[in-house]
Amino acid sequence: MKKEIVYLDEITVRFAGDSGDGMQLAGKQFSNASASSGVDVNTFPDFPSEIRAPEGTLYGVSAFQIKLGSDEVTTHGDVIDVLIAMNASSLKVNLPNLKDGGIIITNTGGFDQRNLKLAKYASNPLEDGTLKKYNVATIDIDSIIKEELKGSGISPKIVKKTKNFFALGITYWLFNRPMEPTVKWLNRRFKNNADVLEANIRVLNAGWNYALKNDTFKRQYTLQPAEFEKGTYRNISGNHAVALGLVVAAKRANLPLFLGSYPITPATDILQYISAYKKYGIRHLQAEDEIAGIASAIGASYGGNLAATTTSGPGLSLKIEAIGLAIMTELPLVIVDVQRAGPSTGLPTKPEQSDLFQAMYGRHGEAPLPVLAAASAADCFFMTIEAARIALKYMTPVILLTDGYIAQGTEPWRIPNLEELPVLEPKFCENPEKFAPYTRDPETLARMWAVPGMQGMEHRIGGLEKQNITGAVSHDPDNHQRMVEIRQEKIDRIVDDIPELEVMGDPDGDLLLIGWGSSYGAIKSAVDKKNSVGGKVAYVHLKHLNPLPKNLGSIIEQYDTILVPEMNMGQLRTILHSKFFKPMLGLNKVQGQPFKTSDVLTKINELLSEKEVMS
Amino acid sequence: MRTLLDEVISKPHIGTIDYEPKDFKPDVDVRWCAGCGGYSILSPVQRIMPELGIPKEKIAFISGIGCSGRFPYYMDVYGFHGIHGRAIAIASGLKIGRPDLSVWVATGDGDNMSIGGNHFIHGCRRNVNINVIMFNNEVYSLTKGQYSPTSHKGQVTKSSPLGVLDEPFNPAALALGSGATFVARGIDKDRQHLQTLFEKAAAHNGFSFIEVYTNCNIFNDGAFDSFTKKDVRDDKIVMLEHGKPMIFGKQRDKGVKLDGFRPTVVSLTEGSYSVDDLLVHDEKDSTLAFILGDMTYNPEVPRPMGVFQSLDRPSYDDSVQMQIDHEIETKGAGDVNELMRGKDSWVVE
Repeated sequence: MKKEIVYLDEITVRFAGDSGDGMQLAGKQFSNASASSGVDVNTFPDFPSEIRAPEGTLYGVSAFQIKLGSDEVTTHGDVIDVLIAMNASSLKVNLPNLKDGGIIITNTGGFDQRNLKLAKYASNPLEDGTLKKYNVATIDIDSIIKEELKGSGISPKIVKKTKNFFALGITYWLFNRPMEPTVKWLNRRFKNNADVLEANIRVLNAGWNYALKNDTFKRQYTLQPAEFEKGTYRNISGNHAVALGLVVAAKRANLPLFLGSYPITPATDILQYISAYKKYGIRHLQAEDEIAGIASAIGASYGGNLAATTTSGPGLSLKIEAIGLAIMTELPLVIVDVQRAGPSTGLPTKPEQSDLFQAMYGRHGEAPLPVLAAASAADCFFMTIEAARIALKYMTPVILLTDGYIAQGTEPWRIPNLEELPVLEPKFCENPEKFAPYTRDPETLARMWAVPGMQGMEHRIGGLEKQNITGAVSHDPDNHQRMVEIRQEKIDRIVDDIPELEVMGDPDGDLLLIGWGSSYGAIKSAVDKKNSVGGKVAYVHLKHLNPLPKNLGSIIEQYDTILVPEMNMGQLRTILHSKFFKPMLGLNKVQGQPFKTSDVLTKINELLSEKEVMS
Repeated sequence: MRTLLDEVISKPHIGTIDYEPKDFKPDVDVRWCAGCGGYSILSPVQRIMPELGIPKEKIAFISGIGCSGRFPYYMDVYGFHGIHGRAIAIASGLKIGRPDLSVWVATGDGDNMSIGGNHFIHGCRRNVNINVIMFNNEVYSLTKGQYSPTSHKGQVTKSSPLGVLDEPFNPAALALGSGATFVARGIDKDRQHLQTLFEKAAAHNGFSFIEVYTNCNIFNDGAFDSFTKKDVRDDKIVMLEHGKPMIFGKQRDKGVKLDGFRPTVVSLTEGSYSVDDLLVHDEKDSTLAFILGDMTYNPEVPRPMGVFQSLDRPSYDDSVQMQIDHEIETKGAGDVNELMRGKDSWVVE
């Protein structure tokens, strides 16, 4: 039959199924295939904190969402255009977010009596008219793949597990995506398992052919490639980007890298990536707890390594006493906090931006340190290098905040060459004659770094207050005042070493938005959308939260109405209030879900229409 | 993959490596109380340093919090005074990141058995090549006299005016149970013996734990008198010597014999038993070590002092290096540009 080709600018696809259905894998493959064919992509894995929740349940639904676009794509999409629902529960959970007229691809095998009951459907939604607003393809995937692999001798257990690749094959046809990257990946992944390899490749092709031949699929969708700067690209998640950033920072500093970490969702990937990098000479310790993670990193830093520890909110809480030690001993250390919804165990797999206060203030004593935040998955790479740069130059621990959204979500990243990245310059004390542990660089106030192994500079440091310059233990009142002031000033001076803010959107706008961290994508696209229909909205995005960029104060002064959207109850807003004494409004989302573009846009519209009424 | 760090730490040592104990005494006053058992640890440590035969810039002492925490200030080598309980974790990171160093930990019964208990047991099993000296005074001294995890049941302290209710840890048994490869115990009064233990610990490649009964003459004076006083110690203590039968007593007239798995005391003068019936110490026998560890609080047998166990197992830091070397040997040294490119990249023209 003849198929129609439809051209689109953007579209959002969501793969949903049981935790064990392989939806994360299908989603990743789809986004890689899409990105490599030139469209921009942004992804968001959304899964429960149980590993394999009971099959068929509502709370066991695992999903992976991808937004594709011919323009810059900064979010994973507000509403779903195409939903792949492998069972009744995954349909029920995701239907509210499906666009009217959207496409649903379902596996009828996941809609039997048992599945319907678990999904709490009184009748079968595939038959009772529930879905009449949508374009529904009901496919008996289980039977088709069984038929496809009949006589192959491949075990039924393997056959059953290939259904995600059938769904993937359909989507590849639907969006006319090349299958080679996935076939290549399968060959790599299952090179020692011929049955699984064959089964998946055959089923992938069967999915494509099904869509090609079946009347249900009348349209094929095409997106023009997005405009990308020339270069080599790959899809990268924030966690992966942090791991690469650490390796690269060590390389650019010409130091060995040490990572001391403890597994914690959603930061564990970083530890896993690093643990495989042995041929790069990297050492790591999976410590017995969060405290040992950072303590071992402090030990390695004392020994002259570029040291890092990676964690999430509850882990940061445990590390805080040790962070004070790193501040007192003035040792370089990169601390990555992949934020998740709290307090306490909270929503371990869901993102939030609620550790800002903890990062800024969560220590006893006067204990300032630089705080940075990455804006997107790829930005995690650059901000990790930035964190290492500041840590080494100023001899200080640095906290880098990311969160579960960008840590696990992906976007295309233009892979830089090592040579185009900044050179980091650790300064070891070279001259024993002039050495005293707390002698400082007059410009940066960083103390000298002398490490065990350097002759003639044997010295003792620790958590007790030190006499300025000599580093001897001191309880002198004036000395303590002086040292507290020096430690503060050292951090304050970093302001001259970080980029000033650029106002995005319409700088002459009536409204200024201030964002930080992973909400960059949603805020940016909301501002662009508003301005594209004649709005006048300005936007600044903070990557350096302590110290704040120098020109933030003068930018803030130019606007009467300021909105600070953040995934917390107003932590950045409170910091800005206290620093600039300027009233600001908050848009505060704490649902364990990232902002949608529409969340921000609605608020922008509300504020602008209020302004109109007022004038 | 020679780094900037390699350059600064591998400069040749200027001068000969020929030290005397006084070369390890920094120009500061030791601020422990007069009569503190700590002095009896400091002095043999300083005495064995020249024997390590390594430049003093290659030695680092790490500590936690408590009276023992001041130890690094009293050694003229590299020193790091950490936070409560975390010395082993800090020292492990230092040693893994800097395998060329001789790394020592000074800790106490509160620091190491209580707040740092987790790092201690994992340090034992992980077998990083560090030497941990634990000042066991069975009390919290720097906070002025509360009971510790090694205080005995019934002990009256400021926080147990009616007597301690907890059972104490048995540090040697805990270390053995946690997989420590080198476990030893000594007494502050016997500096010569401590020196031997520290020498052996330094020579051991792996995690070494030395428990030292350390008298706190302010908050727990005489805690160990019942078995260390001159008039009783020969009858209450058995000195462990590798390959030697376990004989003790002022007249060397008693011995330790195994009755099934139970150690018992037999007389060597009554005629029923001879030296040939006695347990012979074997530092490589971990089953024996468990039995010896269990003798600690058993009033019917003497308390063992010396090396309980010294096993040869690859150290963690050596294993890390071996993994790195093996990877580089089989796959070639990593190219960071290649790592960044990965396997699923594409080119935009």
